[in-house]
Amino acid sequence: MYRIDFNKLRFLICDDNPHMRRILRTLLHSFGAREVYEAEDGATALEMYSHYVPDIVITDWAMPIFDGLELAQMIRQPESKGNPYAPIIMLTGHSEKRRVTVARDAGVTEFLAKPISAKGLYQRILNVVASPRPFIKTKTYFGPDRRRNTNNAYIGPERRVGGEMEVMQQPSLLDKARSNI
Amino acid sequence: MAKEKPGTLQIKSFADHHVITQPNPLRKVLLRVPESDLDDPVGRAEKALAGLSGEFKNWMTIEADRLSAAHAVVLRDGFTIDNREELFRAAHDIKGDAATFGFPSAGAAAESLCRIIEHAPDLDLVPAELITHHINAIQAIVRERTKLDTAVMASKLSKQLRGVADEFLLKVNRDRPEHLEAILAPSIVPAE
Repeated sequence: MYRIDFNKLRFLICDDNPHMRRILRTLLHSFGAREVYEAEDGATALEMYSHYVPDIVITDWAMPIFDGLELAQMIRQPESKGNPYAPIIMLTGHSEKRRVTVARDAGVTEFLAKPISAKGLYQRILNVVASPRPFIKTKTYFGPDRRRNTNNAYIGPERRVGGEMEVMQQPSLLDKARSNI
Repeated sequence: MAKEKPGTLQIKSFADHHVITQPNPLRKVLLRVPESDLDDPVGRAEKALAGLSGEFKNWMTIEADRLSAAHAVVLRDGFTIDNREELFRAAHDIKGDAATFGFPSAGAAAESLCRIIEHAPDLDLVPAELITHHINAIQAIVRERTKLDTAVMASKLSKQLRGVADEFLLKVNRDRPEHLEAILAPSIVPAE
């Protein structure tokens, strides 16, 4: 059995709603985290990301100035001086399948639909700590491998040219978003 | 933890993509513990969340008042880009937070309002009462929560609002297949 040593993890949470920040902070401190930094918009979060170099980012989607999706895109810059590989958990009130896909395409690692629960948040953190995925870089994408399943029934061209890569067997982001809510 | 240098990257290059792996930088925080380990971080966090619950009613009132204030600005100045954004964000926050605060029906009504703002082709052509009814319903659910019979009534009210809103959205989006698909798609969050 495994347990996360939260007091060695540094979190950055980004949400424009002070009540949700308070809830997140309470949950993370209860898990055992000591270092939790907070930003109320994407621009501030990006500055704090460079300054504090968090291990895990938890961000809302809908925010003023620039939103959580843009924050993810800014972090996932392969040539940036900062760390483009940090896990990003998107915690959002958006609950439509197409939003999960958009978040995934922006480089988000895990998607957690509100209402938030301690169990749901813990599981997303456990996923990014215990089962990190390789990163894929193409002309149009840089982020965690979006293929979580090997679909033996798939009929069609292999969209990744130049060889078949190994794909880690994990439930899809959408399935995980649906579970444990 | 974050001060440690990242591990060496391994890059496999293919014709149109690269696969990049690095030793798991967070592996050190994963501790192997015996099955008998009694630590329960989730239970601890749930207790801590319950400890905050005394503040939820007040927080929900603040959120509902923010929504009403955003609506008042819309009524006064119309749907400018900023006014629309603030109304949407206020409703969207309630949609996400209300169930945590113990007001799931307010969250459902707020979700219905978010759908109107997101999918109506022209917000100026949305019947004003449709938006006003959503806002009044959210306020009523928050204010009347302590009354015994309100949970059932609140749920019924939010479902009725959603029905009327969906009927309107289906009608005005009949020639906009992208929006129709989004309106009809099931939520990934189970209904209450």
